[in-house]
Amino acid sequence: MFEEGAIINELFIERLNYLIYVVLLLIGLHAMISKNNLMKKLIGMSIFQTAIILFYVSVGVKEGASIPIYLPEHDPHGSHVSLGAGNETEEASHGPVVLEAGLIKKYANPLPHVLMLTAIVVGVATLGLALALCQRIYQGYGTIEEDEILAKIEREEMRAHPSVAVKSMESSKTATSKVKKPATKSKESSTLSAKRAKSNPKTKAKTAPSTSQLKSSRSKSASSQPKTSASKSSSAMAKPATSKPKTKAKTTARPKSASTAKKTAPSKAKPRTPKK
Amino acid sequence: MMENAIAWILIFPLFGSVACAILGMTNRKICYPIAVLSLACALWAGIETLNQLIASEEHTVAYLLGGWTLDAYPRGVGIELHADILGILITLVVLGVGLIVSVYSKLPVQEETPGKEPLFYTLFLLQVTGLAGICLTGDAFNLYVLIEVAALTGYGLIAMGSNRAAAATFNYVMLGTIGASFYLLGVGYLYIKTGTLNMVGIHDVIEANGLADSATMQVAFVLIGMGILIKMAFFPFHAWLPNAYCNAPTATSSLLAPLVTKVMIYVMIRMVLSVFGVEFSFESTMWTDVVPWLVVVAIVCAAVMALAQREIKRMLSYLIVAEVGYMVGGVWIYNYYGFIGSIFHVISDACMTLCLFLGAGLILRKAKTTHFDGLRGLFSKMPLTMTGFFIGGFSIIGLPPTCGFFSKWYLITGGMVSERWEYMVVLMFSTMVMVVLFFRLIERIHLAVTESGQNLGHGHGDLGLTEEQTRFDEGPLSMLIPLLVSASVVLIVGIYNQDIVSLIEIFLDEFNLPRGEGH
Repeated sequence: MFEEGAIINELFIERLNYLIYVVLLLIGLHAMISKNNLMKKLIGMSIFQTAIILFYVSVGVKEGASIPIYLPEHDPHGSHVSLGAGNETEEASHGPVVLEAGLIKKYANPLPHVLMLTAIVVGVATLGLALALCQRIYQGYGTIEEDEILAKIEREEMRAHPSVAVKSMESSKTATSKVKKPATKSKESSTLSAKRAKSNPKTKAKTAPSTSQLKSSRSKSASSQPKTSASKSSSAMAKPATSKPKTKAKTTARPKSASTAKKTAPSKAKPRTPKK
Repeated sequence: MMENAIAWILIFPLFGSVACAILGMTNRKICYPIAVLSLACALWAGIETLNQLIASEEHTVAYLLGGWTLDAYPRGVGIELHADILGILITLVVLGVGLIVSVYSKLPVQEETPGKEPLFYTLFLLQVTGLAGICLTGDAFNLYVLIEVAALTGYGLIAMGSNRAAAATFNYVMLGTIGASFYLLGVGYLYIKTGTLNMVGIHDVIEANGLADSATMQVAFVLIGMGILIKMAFFPFHAWLPNAYCNAPTATSSLLAPLVTKVMIYVMIRMVLSVFGVEFSFESTMWTDVVPWLVVVAIVCAAVMALAQREIKRMLSYLIVAEVGYMVGGVWIYNYYGFIGSIFHVISDACMTLCLFLGAGLILRKAKTTHFDGLRGLFSKMPLTMTGFFIGGFSIIGLPPTCGFFSKWYLITGGMVSERWEYMVVLMFSTMVMVVLFFRLIERIHLAVTESGQNLGHGHGDLGLTEEQTRFDEGPLSMLIPLLVSASVVLIVGIYNQDIVSLIEIFLDEFNLPRGEGH
């Protein structure tokens, strides 16, 4: 019992600063790693850096201490006015002066704070650069949601290397592993994809005849799988199943941008799902 | 001026970058000569410092910035540049790579980022300043600031590429900030316990007070170690590297790929040997038991992922991740030869990665793609480029006249002496993978069979290409000469390996490292 009390005492009263710094650090780290929105990631980064500043400032804290400025009355050789008096005192004032123990006690250690000034500057530079990057990404992709950016990058790649795209369609293994990443990244998209799993077999049936024979034959084999998985209606099966129709929609290279096709899919799903 | 050579190493590129930023506003063409000139001067200053080092008795050169003296003040009052043989060797690598890439960068920068030459060269020179500063500083907090200088300029340089590069840079910013912040936290704990930020000072305090068992020191060690591992793209933390390097502009990736990860390996060796000390790092922590196994996982995964790539630059990026595994392993098998191998591999890996990335840049320029399918017939089109590229490739595999062979030799010797068989086996395994990688590339270039097995040619020597496609057509000389110079450096470092190893031995003899039985 006594030990427990001691730990609580140490954590919450004596070392509360450090506890808060650890909590802030973890909040920041969590936001940086798991958030989907780039701005939220940046907010996490700021929290993370601020936590470190809190840590350093806590190191330098001293109760009842003053700023370490060398006042005339602290001068062991008297006042500064007497500097010009003789050669000896001048030399002494240039060299380090050993302060008395009583004087040192009054000073707070300035070094951690000075270090943090530098760290703040570095943090501001990083944040500014990251914000500029965000702007650049928004100009390039029209979004700052990570999963949407990844999806767009993937589509670009498919367009650039059609041979790779066809291959990834043929070997379902690589296709699922590639598309699964953005889908599982966030909860929102996974719920969306679950809805799409139910609606997609029907939308597939509409789009398949419009494409060429070769492609449609492939799409039939691909679309047959989602049907079975949707009938099972297990959420674990739904995820890999959705990724196949998704790649299909990309690789069939519809003239309209695939993003519009993507948006229509969930909107169709909403009225239909209640029927089931 | 001569006695301050160590300070001039940093002053030349720093003021060169300022000059680029100011003069570049009126005349864009002046930036390129400024960059080349300032790096050449810095390289001269570096060689001068190396000569001073070898001449001095203690084999160290210290330069106190701001005019304070060690007699009048305690260590750590001011900032100190502190070079020993390890530091100056890596600095020379940084400056040499910087000089070669700056010469190479003339055309790629004009073509890929038109109108941005002043910005590019300002960041380029600052990057070299940061990396050289990391190698020369004697202050743990300064090291953090310089790591951030190098990182921030690196972000800017990479983001100059395509939209994809910007997206990749964002990930790099996130992971880079986490890494550097962990390092900063670790330095905070070191400061709490030792009361100084000077590296020599920290080491002295640890030795004098027997701080090896202190929990604070353990926390500091883990935080600093984690931070450095993230920054060097050690396997589980490598996610930022491949995308950032293969989407960056050609000149950027040729500068960053050989240097950034290697300089972080240097930081790790510096922390382990000079700051925490051999006894603390290897005997008070669990890292010697754990890290070699992580290295095994890292090398296997990175090698397999490199094997799965179909694009030269991306494949090379994964090779860098595997090479990082070699060097980390060489340190943590805790052995004299492992350390020689690790340090020598930092040097040789920088040379051969430079060679490969310069070659990839030329291929990208001529063939318009670095995808494997677009490489057919390149050898008859650009024989010199491909020769240079494959010298780098053979060095990665570890074929004898190249420097990669000798560094791998020392690493394997280290593994044998410490009886870390898993490390030896994984080195052999990754060598096999590299053989497959590069000979597959050679096959792609010389044979008419495509990736899907389709045969395009009609018999011997026929690649299914028209005469025009295989006509001799080398890249411009300003790009070709740096490639050939770097390829010859790979060979020269390999042939004169004994001289470099003897320098490394002078450095390592100060430390009490186990050499195994019979030595």
